[in-house]
Amino acid sequence: MSTEKKTDPELIHIPPEMAIAEADVRPEEAGEFIRGTSLWRDAWRRLLKNKLAVFGLIVVVIVTITSIIGPAVIKRVFGFAPDYIPTDDVRLIRSFPPFRGPNGEFSWAHPMGTDNAGRDQFARVLQGGQISLFVGIIATLVSLLIGVSYGAIAGYFGGRLDNWMMRIVDVLYSLPYVIVVIVLLSVFRSQTPRGQLILLFIALGAVSWLTMARIVRGQVLSLKNQEFVLAARATGVSSGRIIFRHLVPNTLGPVIVYATLTIPQIMLTEAFLSFLGFGVQAPLASWGSLAAEGIQNIAIFPWQLIFPGVTMALTLFSLNFLGDGLRDALDPQMRTV
Amino acid sequence: MITTNGNLLEVKNLRTYFDTEDGIVKAVDDISFELKRGETLGIVGESGSGKSVTNLSIIRLIPDPPGKIVSGEVIFNGSDLLLLRNEAIRKIRGRRIAMIFQDPMTSLNPFMKVSRQLMEMTELHLGHTRAQAHDHAISMLEKVGIPDARARADSYPHEFSGGMRQRVMIAMALSCEPELLIADEPTTALDVTIQAQILELIKTLKRETGTSVILITHDLGVVAGMTDHVIVMYAGKIFEQARTADLFSVPGNPYTKGLLRSVPDPTAEQGKLYQIPGLPPDVAHLKPGCPFAPRCDHVQEICHREFPPFVELAPDHHSLCHFAREVYAESGKPQIHR
Repeated sequence: MSTEKKTDPELIHIPPEMAIAEADVRPEEAGEFIRGTSLWRDAWRRLLKNKLAVFGLIVVVIVTITSIIGPAVIKRVFGFAPDYIPTDDVRLIRSFPPFRGPNGEFSWAHPMGTDNAGRDQFARVLQGGQISLFVGIIATLVSLLIGVSYGAIAGYFGGRLDNWMMRIVDVLYSLPYVIVVIVLLSVFRSQTPRGQLILLFIALGAVSWLTMARIVRGQVLSLKNQEFVLAARATGVSSGRIIFRHLVPNTLGPVIVYATLTIPQIMLTEAFLSFLGFGVQAPLASWGSLAAEGIQNIAIFPWQLIFPGVTMALTLFSLNFLGDGLRDALDPQMRTV
Repeated sequence: MITTNGNLLEVKNLRTYFDTEDGIVKAVDDISFELKRGETLGIVGESGSGKSVTNLSIIRLIPDPPGKIVSGEVIFNGSDLLLLRNEAIRKIRGRRIAMIFQDPMTSLNPFMKVSRQLMEMTELHLGHTRAQAHDHAISMLEKVGIPDARARADSYPHEFSGGMRQRVMIAMALSCEPELLIADEPTTALDVTIQAQILELIKTLKRETGTSVILITHDLGVVAGMTDHVIVMYAGKIFEQARTADLFSVPGNPYTKGLLRSVPDPTAEQGKLYQIPGLPPDVAHLKPGCPFAPRCDHVQEICHREFPPFVELAPDHHSLCHFAREVYAESGKPQIHR
């Protein structure tokens, strides 16, 4: 994530090497060449004006960074991994409230308390964040890879091929995909938690690309009749190159927007599946599986549900705000709708 | 390579039809012409007369379906382009036959830097490395008169004005030194001063490189100033074919005469601008006779009944009309000015 953009969004951002080059220009020449703003820079400026989107961006960045480095830091400082169960001291195998030590005294060791097995809740939430974000991002990457290529190819070639390809999408679309994922996961049930996780990736990735394929196909359908495609064909560029070098970059705006909105959607699905017991299995944790454990003890140990639940809700909100902000920033015309 | 009597391009009996819901549209119907090396051929006609389809057929870019080249030959440098495999025709497009399109606003990819689009050409066809291609792109931009080419090469198309973009298109088209340049209404979308500059640029570059040019336009002024030969198209047919000077001085077809009369004459200020009555016919439903008959001022009963012959009026001068000789003779007479 870019951190160097601390300048006033109203000002046109001039990278340092450009500024030097312009200082070298003789004054009488300086006026005739005004550096244009690129689409991305414009979009970035519009994004920065959107307070909710900036809030979302900040939260997403913080959650991502702490999830990634958090468990390792906790291991360093307090000496326990997310799945550490204090087996040597039976008195510790119970759920402590936040900031409380074994004798009810104040302690920094467990800011979110512990779960029934005495595992640190904070470390578990962070590790759960790692897995939730990872699932969301991987499934979205799969949807980008398959969905964009599939949609672009169908849209560009059109005709019978398009018809067949999109009917396949329609069939897959009409299957209730949560049930498909559940069936996939139970048919290929894996013995190890890691195997189960990989299955979850495959299952979520397999269904996540359908809408992306439709979006990209629609975009390509309208783009392929533009003259620049004909011009590219007239210069002898091959179809593959036209699709991936000329058309796909032109669909990037909607694709990015949809991808950022896919991440929270997939994370929610993952949480849902884990909550039902189909997704991530202990000792691995995801926000969904943590919430599932927490809900069993909600009356006595409410922190077991509150912390993973709030973290997940905050992250999903932020991702959605960011996605909406990106949509407004990349396509200003859509705003009025 | 067979060099066929100095002709770079020979189009023989080309027919391109479109299969639409409305029936078969004969967009180009039995067209033949040839182009000598280094010459410029003008193709004029109203919208929908088949000018663009003719040229898209030459490099096989007709959208199929619904379009289809039904029959004919396009002999380029002795080989028939219509028989080539797809990979082979791709090597000809851009490398040996290049095209410039009508609207420079939409014919550059908005998401690609101008330099990148130029580089794609030479990397593809001349096997340039990135650095070579970049240098070549800049030299081409300089050649077409983009000021400060090195700095501007890495801009995006939206940072260029219409005239500049058309210059970029020309730079792109000429970067592999093609033998044939097809310019499809290159100045229609530009304003008049820029039009003149662009035409002058095409002329200069043509002189320098010896490229043959096919210039599609509906502007007779452009034809007069730029071309050696002219083809007048109407309803997918060639109505008249002549040397440019002959066509303007002794037109042998009522349609051509009508077109010439429709050109505003700045010296004659009085009166209404002449206009050929009626509208171009629906090419999907042509009647058996001459397609121009309903609008023609020489029309006779035979015109509605029989398709007109293609009459040779003089060497290099043909006209599709039952009364071609009469019209030709009439044009040849000293004109009594209105």
